[in-house]
Amino acid sequence: MGLLTNLRDSITRVTDRLFADDEPKRIGIYGPPNAGKTTLANRIARDWTGDAVGPESHIPHETRRARRKENVEIERNGKTVTIDIVDTPGVTTKVDYKEFLDHDMEKEDAVKRSREATEGVAEAMHWLREDVDGVIYVLDSTTDPFTQVNTMLIGIIESQDLPVLIFANKVDLDEADVKRIDDAFPQHETVPLSALEGDNMDEVYEKIAEYFG
Amino acid sequence: MPEATTPEDGEDGVRIDLISGARMEGLTSMEKIRLILDSVRDGDIVVLEAGLSPEEESKLIEVTMTEISPDDFSGIEIETYPTSGQPNQGLVGRLLGKEETANKLTVIGPANQIETLHKDEDLISALVSRK
Repeated sequence: MGLLTNLRDSITRVTDRLFADDEPKRIGIYGPPNAGKTTLANRIARDWTGDAVGPESHIPHETRRARRKENVEIERNGKTVTIDIVDTPGVTTKVDYKEFLDHDMEKEDAVKRSREATEGVAEAMHWLREDVDGVIYVLDSTTDPFTQVNTMLIGIIESQDLPVLIFANKVDLDEADVKRIDDAFPQHETVPLSALEGDNMDEVYEKIAEYFG
Repeated sequence: MPEATTPEDGEDGVRIDLISGARMEGLTSMEKIRLILDSVRDGDIVVLEAGLSPEEESKLIEVTMTEISPDDFSGIEIETYPTSGQPNQGLVGRLLGKEETANKLTVIGPANQIETLHKDEDLISALVSRK
């Protein structure tokens, strides 16, 4: 692509964002499988609209297609932001149906689940390049955040110049280590929370209003 | 450009393709992704001297997902040296569409054959098993 074309596309992207303030911002919830993305999406949707986004489960790839909750109006400190929450499947570079067999699943169901999961991840990656205005990146604070997928995803988000908030989820668990996440991605603000217990949600909403408002 | 030869039938082992930055530089994003995935799907390990841009990494994940199939191909394992120590690209560079790929040695292999044992800022240690 030529230099002038790149420059024109960049300026178009910037002006599109500047003049699209009346539209709800599409905020993608991304992160690895089982980080608690759907639990967080449900917590936010229930708190502000009364409805959930989708089912939660401890089985990886419970969310296999992106789900959207539109027009979620969040109000904090006199500032109101309207967002469309897009809950995406956990991003990974591999999906093996045999892993689902360990969760008392028949082969046919496991294969179907893995096929749906791969389609969902491909779709989520495409949307990340084309269709989101900001990203909430959810990490499980009881596990090592410094994985290749996390590093790649954060790099991809940064290359798109998208505002990103990192949420360190599951702080209600004894093994949680928020500092480890802070240290892994020091260029971004890390907000600790428990989406399951509703811990620290006030700060979560403050940051959403601040970053995406 | 000459193509790499394939092992003779009956030869045992894992092939490793070390691809120079110069060779990748002349390819489009999709040609790079095809080159990587064709090798990995054959059971080879690919080592890229110059790595991929963030957009290419994103497309690599997307295309990999579309090619996963039961009992045939379960995806890729990928490791790259961390780049956090490198200087951040400025706004002008991003506006001009330049993406940082330099000095990002990347190892990619079939998920069912390669396992990362250890990674830090100057060492990637991986265990590779035969098919």
